Amino acid sequence: MSAKPKPPPHVQLEYRRRFLRSVLLGGLAVGGSLAGWLPLARAHEARLRPPGALDEKQFLASCIKCGQCVQVCPVEAIVLGDITEGFGLGVPHIDARVQACDFSCDAVQCILACPTGALTHTLSKKEEVRMGLARLDKPDICLARQGAGFKGQARGAGFPGIHRYEKVDRWNPIKIADHPYDLEVCDLCVRECPIEGAIRLVPMSDDSADKRRTPEITEKCVGCGMCEMICPTEPAAIVIDARKQWGQS
Amino acid sequence: MSLIQSLAIMLGRDPTKPSPQEYSAEAAAIHEAKRAHKLDSAERAAIIAEQHASHNVHTWRNRRWITLLLVNVLFVLSYRFDVQLIEGALTASRVIGFHFADLNSALQVTLAFKTILINLIIGTTTVLFMWWLLGGRTFCSWVCPYHLLAEWAEALHLKLAARKLVKDHVLHRRTRVVMYVIFAGLALATGYTVFETISPTGILSRALIYGPSLALAIVALLLALEVAYSRRMWCRYMCPIGITYAVVGAVSPVRVVYRPLDCHHEGACRKVCLVPHVLDMTKKGYAPQVNNGLGADCTRCGLCVDICPTGSLKFEVKGLDKLL
Repeated sequence: MSAKPKPPPHVQLEYRRRFLRSVLLGGLAVGGSLAGWLPLARAHEARLRPPGALDEKQFLASCIKCGQCVQVCPVEAIVLGDITEGFGLGVPHIDARVQACDFSCDAVQCILACPTGALTHTLSKKEEVRMGLARLDKPDICLARQGAGFKGQARGAGFPGIHRYEKVDRWNPIKIADHPYDLEVCDLCVRECPIEGAIRLVPMSDDSADKRRTPEITEKCVGCGMCEMICPTEPAAIVIDARKQWGQS
Repeated sequence: MSLIQSLAIMLGRDPTKPSPQEYSAEAAAIHEAKRAHKLDSAERAAIIAEQHASHNVHTWRNRRWITLLLVNVLFVLSYRFDVQLIEGALTASRVIGFHFADLNSALQVTLAFKTILINLIIGTTTVLFMWWLLGGRTFCSWVCPYHLLAEWAEALHLKLAARKLVKDHVLHRRTRVVMYVIFAGLALATGYTVFETISPTGILSRALIYGPSLALAIVALLLALEVAYSRRMWCRYMCPIGITYAVVGAVSPVRVVYRPLDCHHEGACRKVCLVPHVLDMTKKGYAPQVNNGLGADCTRCGLCVDICPTGSLKFEVKGLDKLL
C-alpha cells in the first residue's frame, strides 16, 4: 500500500483547526455536564425524595428522569429537579411545605410507576416508607404548646395545596383552603397525619385544666411532610428532616 | 457496502471510493454507459435545473414532522389530560401500559447504577426491536424534539450563511465517538448519569410535559451555536444517542436505497443531508451496486428522497418489494 500524499498546507491547517474546535467544543459539552457535580459538592441540604427512594447516591444513579412518578401522584406533590440540582436534573423531589405527600393514592402509586426501581419496589404499604422524620423545629410558636386553638383555613385562603379528607370525599383530594377548621386546641399535625400513631399530642403538665400539649413524633413517622404542610404557623413549627432515620442523631 | 464499513463510516471514518472489485457487473455497466454518453456541461446543467424546478416536494419531511409532533404531543396530552397513552417522558415511558425505555438513558442508568434492572430490560427490548425494525437513526429525525428545533436553526444558519453573515465550522465526526466513550466512562466512574445533565432530548421532552425549566438554557445555547457557528453541531458531531441508535438500526429491513441509473450526480441530496457521508455513493461512479442501502448513520429523515427529482433515492422495505 502506498502512503497517502500529504495534503497541501492550507488543508493541513484546516485539519488542525477542525481538531482544535472539536476538542474545545466537545470538552465544553463534557465540562458543562460535569458542572452538575457542583450543586452536589456544595452539599446543600438533602431533598425530600418520594416514598421508597433508595440512598441518595443510588437514587440519582438509578433514576431515569422520566417523571412517571410525577404523573401518577394524585396530589401532584412530586416535582422534578431543574438544572440547579446538577446531576439531580429531572430527578423527583417533594417540597412538603408547598405540597406534601398525603398518601391519598393509598397504594404508593409513585413506587409502582417507577420503571427502574429508584423508588424501591420492595415497599408496598405507606407504613413501610421512610422518607425522613418530622421534628418540632420551632416549639415556641407551636399553637398546641401554647394551649391555643385554631380557627379558619390552615394556610390561608390563597394556599393552593390539596389534601384528601376521607370524610369529605374518599376519592378526591380537595383544597386545604376549602376545608376550614374550628379547633379548641390546635392538633392539625396529628389530625391530618396519614400514618396512625406517628405523632401524638402529649399534655405538658399533670394539671387537667392545662390545655397545653406538645407534639411528640414516634418511630412510626414516615416523613411524608403532611404535618409540615398543614402547620398553620408561619414558618411551620414542625418540619421534616429529609432522609433522617429514627435513632440517627 | 459491508456492515463493518457502514459502522466505521458512522464512527467517523471518511468514506472512500470503492475498489474496482467491489462493483457488481450491472453497476459497472451503468457507470460505463454514463461515461460513454457524457452530456456537455451546459446541457447537463439545464436538464438538472429544469428537473429540480419542476420537483418541489416535501412529502417525507411533512410526514416526519407530523409524526414527531404527534409523538411529543401525545406525551403532553397523556399527562395534562390524563389520556394515558404514552406516560412518562422520552427517557422512559409506558405506552398503553407497556414499558419503553430510551436505549441511551437505560445504558447510562445501568452504567451508573451497576445493576441490571428487569423493567429496563423489558423496556429496552421493546424499543430495541422497534428501532431495529425502522432502522438507522430513525429515533433522531422522527421522534427527538431537539432534531426539529435544530432543523429550524439549520434553516436560519443557511439563510445567514448565504448572506455571508455566518460560516459553517465543521468538527471532526470522531468527536461524537470520543464523547460517547467519555460519557459512558463518567457514568461508570462517578455513579451519576452525567450525560443526562446536558441531554437536550431529555431536557426538552421533560420541559414539554412538565413545564419549562431553567435547563432549557442549555438547549438555547446549543441552538445558538448551531445558528452562528457550526451547522447541526449537536446531532452531527456530539450526541451519543445518535450512536446508540445507529448501531441498533445498522441492519434493518427499512432503509433508504440509492439507484444510480437515472441519477445526474448533481449532489443536491448531499447538501440537505445531516450525515452526507452516507450519501457518498451518489457521487458519479461511486455506487458499487444497482441497489445501494444507505449506511448506519442515516436518520431516515427522507430529505434526500424529497429533493431527488429522478427518484434515485427511495425508501425501501427489504423483501416487501418482491412480495408485492
